[in-house]
Amino acid sequence: MIEAMGLNKRFGSIEAARDVSFVARDGEITGLLGANGAGKSTCLRMLYGVLTPDSGKACIDGIDIRGETSKARAHLGVLPHAAGLYNNLTARENIRYFGTLHGMEPKLLLARTAELSLALGMDGFIERRAKGFSQGQRIKVALARALVHDPGNVVLDEPTNGLDVMAIRNLREMLLALKAQGRCVLFSSHVMQEVAALCDRVVIIGHGRVLADATVQEIRERSGTPTLEEAFLQVLGGTEGVS
Amino acid sequence: MPTLLTVFAKEFLENLRDRRTLLSALLFGPLFGPLLFGLMVSQMLKQSVVESDVPLRVTISGGHYAPGLIRYLEGRGVKLTHKELSENEARAAVRSGGSQVVLLVPPEYPKLFVEARPAPILLFADSADSQTRKIADRAKGMLGAYGSTIAQLRLEMRGVSPLLSIPVAVNEVDIATPAGRAVVVLGFMTYFVLFALLMGGLYLAIDSTAGERERGSLEALLSLPVARSALVGGKILATCAYMCISLALSLTAFVCVFRFVPLERIGMSANLSAGTALIFFGICLPFVPLGATLMTLVASFTRTYREAQTYLTSVLLVPTLPIAFASIYSLKTKSSLMIIPSLSQHLLMTSVLKDEPILLRDVLVSAVASLGLAMLLFVLTARHWRRETMLG
Repeated sequence: MIEAMGLNKRFGSIEAARDVSFVARDGEITGLLGANGAGKSTCLRMLYGVLTPDSGKACIDGIDIRGETSKARAHLGVLPHAAGLYNNLTARENIRYFGTLHGMEPKLLLARTAELSLALGMDGFIERRAKGFSQGQRIKVALARALVHDPGNVVLDEPTNGLDVMAIRNLREMLLALKAQGRCVLFSSHVMQEVAALCDRVVIIGHGRVLADATVQEIRERSGTPTLEEAFLQVLGGTEGVS
Repeated sequence: MPTLLTVFAKEFLENLRDRRTLLSALLFGPLFGPLLFGLMVSQMLKQSVVESDVPLRVTISGGHYAPGLIRYLEGRGVKLTHKELSENEARAAVRSGGSQVVLLVPPEYPKLFVEARPAPILLFADSADSQTRKIADRAKGMLGAYGSTIAQLRLEMRGVSPLLSIPVAVNEVDIATPAGRAVVVLGFMTYFVLFALLMGGLYLAIDSTAGERERGSLEALLSLPVARSALVGGKILATCAYMCISLALSLTAFVCVFRFVPLERIGMSANLSAGTALIFFGICLPFVPLGATLMTLVASFTRTYREAQTYLTSVLLVPTLPIAFASIYSLKTKSSLMIIPSLSQHLLMTSVLKDEPILLRDVLVSAVASLGLAMLLFVLTARHWRRETMLG
């Protein structure tokens, strides 16, 4: 479970997050929906502890990310916005590096990598160097890297960016599989269809503020519009550009 | 495995597979210096051969007016070319490079010579050309010697002791040891050694910081439950490893170059045995972590590979500054200078080359000063890595 409690963050004169509070529950996929620059990445970064909120608190499975950073992060897998790989290392070495830094035993690491390789369909390229990987292959390795320590919570920042239709479909299946395993999945996106198709709950963010926090169904009902897109535009007041 | 070693192992392996790092750390850095150095020394050898071994070639005009001079010059192995030239023609011949030095004996020479009055000889040479200047100097030296021989003969004929014309006898005593003379040339060497040392870690320092950020792997790395100081520490350690390899290769190359370059022929004895190279390695070793942290710290502030490259090229020049000052003010090894990194390494290596004894205390002060500054820079680097701005 991931909890954001009254997070505030200011960069100079820009208020990137204003009193952001929401909960992403286990066994659910929560979507953080917002236009470009709405503050999604800032919120996620505060949740996985690379940004310190000016005020407020973020907890992973009830552990304060600022207070006990390492302990909280052990429960958390992160796929940041830029999920680059080490091109001179093989897919396996990329995953092993992160696993070792998580303090995993070599034996356990080997078994876990085999498991992920099978689940994500990486057997064909696991021993190849990352140089020349397709976007789809890269996202698989990056996801495996984020999941190698078997975390109960996964945060993904715009994971579908730059992926083709097939790769997006694959990713969707992967996220659903994570949900089925009872994990808490939180991902950000500015693509409406993606969120509508995948998420159990949607948190809509605009100008650093939470504008709505409900199920897709509830949001539609509340705004009285047939699609999430129209509901979204209504929530935002129809001013911000969304794809 | 502790974080530090994990990061070290990964960075070491990754860069072992990177052609750019390998080229700069293991080829360009260590070999550039020794090769350039070998070239420089062999060029100097060639020039000194020109000075002493090759016979002096002089074009002479009006030689028949001065048969005594001709005999004297030929007796000293000067190759004379007889050619009748006017003053202007002689000037033109030197300017065009057809003759390097022209002696012109004017028609009034025999008359004045016989009357024991100063007999004129014109010597044409281009003093702006360093090569012909040397030849002109040699010709002048010989003419001077001929003149004083004649002067002594004239005094003797008049019953005067020629010693009267030599009131002071100056004996120059050159106290430079052959190794000491070599130091002028070898001064370059210490810079090349420090340059190779830094080059060895340059690309790794960039790749593990700005490169990591540019590739987009930095944020994932920073989201791991590990101490940032251990992360950057491992990166610096890997940089140090490549710098040590580069340093070792560079010194090995120098030992080889010294074996093939006959420094004794230009009056130098080069003191660079394998043992000396080992001492150099020891002297330079404390400078390795200092260079590695400095480069990592600077590269940590940059956003892209290219930007880091620009800044670090200036960092490569930093150790040359004290060395340049040292040669301008011809600083000697002094204990008080041992607290200045790069200068202390330069002075210590120079002393070893000169066969001078070095104090263990100086070596220790040099090491402690370099390591201390490295520690300070590491603290600053680790602090920077804990900042949010690291994300870029």
